Amino acid sequence: MSKGARWVVLLLPLAAFLLLVGFLLRGLFSDPTELSSALVGKPVPQFSVPDLYQPVQTRTDAVLSGKPMLLNVWATWCPTCRAEHAYLNELAAQGVAIVGLNYKDDSREKAVRWLNTLGDPYTVNLFDEKGAVALEFGVYGAPETFLIDSQGQIRYRHVGDVNERVWQGELGKRYRALMAEYEGGQN
Amino acid sequence: MRAGWLSFCLMVGLFVCSAALAQSAKNYVFDDAAKEATFRELIGELRCPKCQNQSIADSNAELAVDLRERTYQMVQEGASKQEVIDYMVARYGDFVHYQPPVTVATSILWWGPLGVLIIGGIVVVLRVRQQRHREVEWSAEEQAQLDALRQRQKGENE
Repeated sequence: MSKGARWVVLLLPLAAFLLLVGFLLRGLFSDPTELSSALVGKPVPQFSVPDLYQPVQTRTDAVLSGKPMLLNVWATWCPTCRAEHAYLNELAAQGVAIVGLNYKDDSREKAVRWLNTLGDPYTVNLFDEKGAVALEFGVYGAPETFLIDSQGQIRYRHVGDVNERVWQGELGKRYRALMAEYEGGQN
Repeated sequence: MRAGWLSFCLMVGLFVCSAALAQSAKNYVFDDAAKEATFRELIGELRCPKCQNQSIADSNAELAVDLRERTYQMVQEGASKQEVIDYMVARYGDFVHYQPPVTVATSILWWGPLGVLIIGGIVVVLRVRQQRHREVEWSAEEQAQLDALRQRQKGENE
């Protein structure tokens, strides 16, 4: 074996080890609970649920198109939803369209009371009593926020609360890009 | 005595655990044994997205209960095993199935162990060959020593 080849063989395990260390380090600092949505790039699933305020009124997936918007999955039993609520109010005041999907809440009254006391940032309120719609969206916890484009296509999913940092990050950036595209198309 | 207590506790623990496991599928009634078998296979193979390292059979998280319920409905309505898996993967991604599909991203999981085995095999073969072919080199001094020993042995034998 030539001297060069010998060095390569000697250093190979070290290189493999460093590669493994890099891989494991990345794993150490990544959040395993954050799953990418299987629905990104797909149209919103079809559904039909009652309105949160008016049980007799039926809402369908038609409410999720027309302009770029957010679909926020929430419930009164979810503490993180309470934490993000003030920020959602703020976004709504800025003109961001947010549809609320109330997910398996304890009761309709409790959800309505929550919106009456904390403010209602949602343009439409969907009442998903059994979680059937959430299952179609692949929701695995609350809160989750989907970004939907004007064609009713799911573009992004954020798991966890929406706050200033998130809105400056991926979710907000993608929303602003979609909005710019949408407004460009309008003119 | 202590070992006895320990095994007793273990036994009780196992009993309680298995009772809890059995409970997760207890409420589901099937009109067909084949459907029940499919259902049991599925809930053992589908992973609960909320709880990371449990199948939906093992978990009592709300989401696992919902997914079990949906699996039950689909199987009762005559869906095949693959149909249920496809349905779940379409909504929750590959994560939801404990058997990842063969894609570029997962190829290392499928072929990695085989690759390591092959590389190991090649290294072993090369090493063995190298040793076998190594020339035994003698210095003149060693040769003289050997000759002397042989001579002596010859002398003793005679």
